[in-house]
Amino acid sequence: MSIRFIYPEFEVVRNENRCIACRVCERQCANEVHSYNEDKKVMISDETKCVNCQRCVSLCPTRALKIVKSDCTLRENANWQNDTIKEIYKQAGSGGVLLSSMGNPKPLPVYWDKILINASQVTNPPIDPLREPMETRVFLGKKNGKIERDENGNLKCDLPPQLELSMPVMFSAMSYGSISYNAHASLARAATELGILYNTGEGGLHEDFYVYGPNTIVQVASGRFGVHEDYLSAGAAIEIKMGQGAKPGIGGHLPGAKIVGDVSKTRMIPEGSDAISPAPHHDIYSIEDLRQLVFSLKEATEYKKPVIVKVAAVHNIAAIASGIARSGADIIAIDGFRGGTGAAPTRIRDNVGIPIELALASVDQRLRDEGIRNNVSLVVGGSIRSASDVIKAIALGADACYVATAALLALGCHLCRTCQSGKCNWGIATQRPDLVKRLNPDLGSERLVNLMTAWRHEIMELMGGMGINSIEALKGNRLMLRGVGLNEKELEILGISHAGE
Amino acid sequence: MKRVYVNEEWCLGCHLCEYNCAFANSGLKDMAEALKGKNIYPRIHVEGDEKISYGVSCRHCEDPMCVKSCIAGAISKVDGVVTIDRSKCVGCLTCVLVCPYGALAPSEEGTMQKCELCLKNSCGEPACVTGCPNNAIVYEERG
Amino acid sequence: MKREGEVRIPSGCAIAAVISKDGNRMSGQKIYECMKPMHDRSNGLGGGFAGYGIYPEYKDLYAFHMFFDDRDTRKNCELFLKERFEIVKSEIIPTRKIPSITNEPDIWRYFVTPLKSMMEKMQVDEKEFVARSVMKINTYMKGAYVFSSGKNMGAFKAVGFPEDVGVFYRLEEYEGYSWTAHGRYPTNTPGWWGGAHPFTLLDYSIVHNGEISSYDANRRFIEMFGYKCNLQTDTEVITYIMDYLIRVKGLTLKEAAGVIAAPFWSTIESKEDPAERERLTYLRTMFPSLLVTGPFSIVLGFDGGLMALNDRLKLRSMVVGEKDDKVYIASEEAAIRSMEPDAENIWAPTGGEPVIIKVKEGAY
Repeated sequence: MSIRFIYPEFEVVRNENRCIACRVCERQCANEVHSYNEDKKVMISDETKCVNCQRCVSLCPTRALKIVKSDCTLRENANWQNDTIKEIYKQAGSGGVLLSSMGNPKPLPVYWDKILINASQVTNPPIDPLREPMETRVFLGKKNGKIERDENGNLKCDLPPQLELSMPVMFSAMSYGSISYNAHASLARAATELGILYNTGEGGLHEDFYVYGPNTIVQVASGRFGVHEDYLSAGAAIEIKMGQGAKPGIGGHLPGAKIVGDVSKTRMIPEGSDAISPAPHHDIYSIEDLRQLVFSLKEATEYKKPVIVKVAAVHNIAAIASGIARSGADIIAIDGFRGGTGAAPTRIRDNVGIPIELALASVDQRLRDEGIRNNVSLVVGGSIRSASDVIKAIALGADACYVATAALLALGCHLCRTCQSGKCNWGIATQRPDLVKRLNPDLGSERLVNLMTAWRHEIMELMGGMGINSIEALKGNRLMLRGVGLNEKELEILGISHAGE
Repeated sequence: MKRVYVNEEWCLGCHLCEYNCAFANSGLKDMAEALKGKNIYPRIHVEGDEKISYGVSCRHCEDPMCVKSCIAGAISKVDGVVTIDRSKCVGCLTCVLVCPYGALAPSEEGTMQKCELCLKNSCGEPACVTGCPNNAIVYEERG
Repeated sequence: MKREGEVRIPSGCAIAAVISKDGNRMSGQKIYECMKPMHDRSNGLGGGFAGYGIYPEYKDLYAFHMFFDDRDTRKNCELFLKERFEIVKSEIIPTRKIPSITNEPDIWRYFVTPLKSMMEKMQVDEKEFVARSVMKINTYMKGAYVFSSGKNMGAFKAVGFPEDVGVFYRLEEYEGYSWTAHGRYPTNTPGWWGGAHPFTLLDYSIVHNGEISSYDANRRFIEMFGYKCNLQTDTEVITYIMDYLIRVKGLTLKEAAGVIAAPFWSTIESKEDPAERERLTYLRTMFPSLLVTGPFSIVLGFDGGLMALNDRLKLRSMVVGEKDDKVYIASEEAAIRSMEPDAENIWAPTGGEPVIIKVKEGAY
């Protein structure tokens, strides 16, 4: 104790009048917070282990439990805030890099919340999606605009490879290993039912999930785990992962403890060995190298699959995207600094990268200025939280959005941000069989389908209000957006006017 | 006929079904009031260990051993549901001996009780099913 | 208050058009008279016309109709024109002083032919050269504006009610095989003549009634290809889209209609002919950003014909009628009856179905 002691962040509040000592909380807490005192016949708790995942709260049949923020606090200091001081204590104790999970929680601007959407009044009519067709289907891929005719003058209808989505949302990359088998099963099944795609992340594709191939994006990342010919051919598209919004500029590290059984087999590495993805792809040190990998993958799949290049939103993103658009890639995926992660160094997660809203706006404009916007589709992620975020992203210029955190929330995640511990009580970010089974894919996929169905309805309502009945007429339609409380520079970058203008 | 089925693949061994069962059959409106500080007498029991677990309750057999063996004629099959008339039960435990599933157990009063699909309480459908957090217990028609 | 082009101004409108399939030339009086019964669809803040076949004596020359704010701007612009074109004739467009039309700019026309040396230097064909020159003037020369740039056709437009604009431009003195007309109901005071319709580029002209909800998606896409939407009007962007699809990409009129008023996916999927299905899917997938949504009825004028098109939901009125060699199109039947009291086969085309009328080959 003594100098190493840090007072617990949360307190477990148990209403003794309601607690029936059923011990569900005890059985459900992988962190072993709750226990039963046989002598006194009461439940007791050890707050030091609590991560506030809310599993016990959710399952307590008598609502006897709540978790609250501890009011034991250090002396207030605007400069040296509580968290900052505690991090210093932790590092002084361990000498190590701090690790965190999920997206950047810092109070940095969320531009989505400072953008408002238009609606039709008088001069043109809103459209009621319950009465009129309202189309959310999108195709991702190059639109090269080449018009060729056969000898009879008929159009030759050959398009570069396209991905068809029933709505402009996909589940973004989360590897098998960082999340559980059942989480993957839920995503794959939901994507198939919804007519959208999910993404394997860098963990290979479990053999059970090859059947979902037409709704799968297979990822090739710097560690090349689980990559082989059948894997590349199994998916609808191939994604080269150059970076991730939560941790731009660094690779990945899945500890050996998680490389067990099928995870090891799927990644094609020995059990118990750490899976370390290097920071760069060691065959890509420049844009011309990227072009070679793009075309290697296209060769390997006979030019039938679109290739996605995923990058983190960093300062020079417009120029980087311009380079990628000329690299032969069909789709660029940009991941903003609020994107989630199974584990990242805290300093990097909280301080590196830029907001997706600004990255998207500048990339879309840059590609248009260069006349190459049509070479690629743009997919954006990094904290798309709702249907209105989707609408705003499309109107800023995205073709589709990637969502991951929202999907995990649908699966039960309560954003406790301790994925790195591997003890996810919701059966998502864990490989412990007793925890994995807590996520029943029947329920998980149903909840994902519900969530996306709800978003699709909301997207249609918002589109109808604007008098737009096909989502393609919203893409890049920035007149439909206005800013509130943004300065001139922010408005300029976003390419929108201020509300009232 | 709809029956309660348990899928051990999704059973978490949380024992919530036992408490929901006991509460549903308590006739009280508040679970804390019904169960706090008491021993519970559920009609479903979670069996197993840390690796595998599953809830066990009456299968409502086609040809129930318990009905045949009840010395007091207290157990009968009504519309497919194996039912106990507790006013007739003498508590001889013969049914416990013959039931291959261990689905019968004494109630707090000593007479036997078993799952009767929550048809006699206010729950409407089996409380173990509605309260299961992982869809491990289902109430459905199977061929 | 901002001038049109600096701000987007939605407007409602009236449109009308007539064409002779035999290439018989009609006086412009008929077209401006027909706008009278639709008076209430305009509010006096814009009216205009386009006539085809009106300059037979100069039919091989590009006719530039231009507005100038003042003499200096004109002189400066003429210098630019002289660098790029041989100017065969330049003159003030004849107008009639009437009380209802005031504050007119200097209105000139030039019959020009591009200089071969300049085209070779820029490595572009004649039409592209003319289009780029027009974009250059309209984007960079403050106070100068080309509002018509085709061969053997011309647009005439002003701030005022359309029937007055016709009188102002003395349209009864012109004869054309087809005419289009437009009366405007902007929700703002534009106060600038360039903002009136039709909008033209080369021999394409568009009159349009509606307010498209896809405007900025369309604008930001088409501006990638050298077009500059200086006026922020629907009509302008639709004109550029048609020029891009038809002239630059070589699509047929019907195919272009399949892009801007693409059928719903459900409609495409219900087509029985697999080739038709494939063609429509291809066009919609290839040019998604050129889909135009929201209400519109347009009449596209081009060399030798007209195309009328409604949005997919038919959110704006538009009727078509016929009599002998003539086809009439208008927002309201009253306008058609004004031009031809005995018009026959009056029908309202379905949303998204183009009505294409061409003058017989050799008759124009």
